[in-house]
Amino acid sequence: MNDHMILRVVGKFLIPYIMLFALYVQFHGDFGPGGGFQAGVIFASAFVIHTLLFGVRATQKIAPEWILRIVASGGVLLYAGVGVASLLLGANYLDYNVLGAYPVAGQHLGIILVEFGVGLTVTAVIMLMFFAFAARGEPEGDAS
Amino acid sequence: MIFEQLIDIFLLAFLAVISIAIVRIRNVLTAVMLFGIYSLVSASLFMLLDAADVAFTEAAVGAGISTILMLATLSLVGRDNEKPLVKKKISFLPLIIVLVTGATLVYGIVDLPPFGAADNPAQTHVAPRYIFQSMSEIDVPNLVTAVLASYRGFDTLGEVVVIFTAGIGVLLLIGGRRREEENTDE
Repeated sequence: MNDHMILRVVGKFLIPYIMLFALYVQFHGDFGPGGGFQAGVIFASAFVIHTLLFGVRATQKIAPEWILRIVASGGVLLYAGVGVASLLLGANYLDYNVLGAYPVAGQHLGIILVEFGVGLTVTAVIMLMFFAFAARGEPEGDAS
Repeated sequence: MIFEQLIDIFLLAFLAVISIAIVRIRNVLTAVMLFGIYSLVSASLFMLLDAADVAFTEAAVGAGISTILMLATLSLVGRDNEKPLVKKKISFLPLIIVLVTGATLVYGIVDLPPFGAADNPAQTHVAPRYIFQSMSEIDVPNLVTAVLASYRGFDTLGEVVVIFTAGIGVLLLIGGRRREEENTDE
């Protein structure tokens, strides 16, 4: 898409704001609509725009597949790890009350961590899926 | 109130029109686009039902990412496989089955409790606890987040694992590098 000057300029301009909005949705999910699932999708869509503008090889240089695989499994591990942590502290699995100094603080910490895990996994999985589709259509070694 | 009902009816009619269009259209690319519009209209309906989180997800996942993935698939398999409509013999059995099932479902509606009434079974079981005690138990203003991440935390863990498994499945099927030495000529 080398000849689409306007799309490139507008797209480049939009990408940071989309990422910022994703972070807002992620960490404001306690107070307004949103949470890990939505934030992950929005964050991944910033990379989708980058792929549409610069080609899948260029985007994969910024976000290599091996990192995405680690992030995808790391999110699930973080979520499950919060559960294990509450088990070790003597409560039921995923009972956040024991994580903080008092129950409500524990709930806040648990929800933030768990939502962050969801966001990591959703972002990485959607990017991996999109790259898998996009890289197949592109000829090998095309570095546009 | 009347105004909101008018919007409801308009959007539901729009959904019906889009569904019929998707069934009748012969071009795959147009069908994918119509699916995206369908998701967006559904998101508006969820918003009218005050389900902001669901509307958000539907707009982001249904209208956004799903459409992109379908378009990516189409760019791989080719989109100009427009098949001419084959005239088939009309068979009445499926039509009768659909009509009877539909009539049974409509008959079942009569016994349902009134829509959105406060003393419905769905509203009297766990919902009061979520509404009245979540602020003192969890102290998160967004009730949906409190239910999703804390009360139903184990369910959400399952959802994340489902997404993760789906990603693994896609990567196993079409991911990874093709061996460049063996088939350089495609």
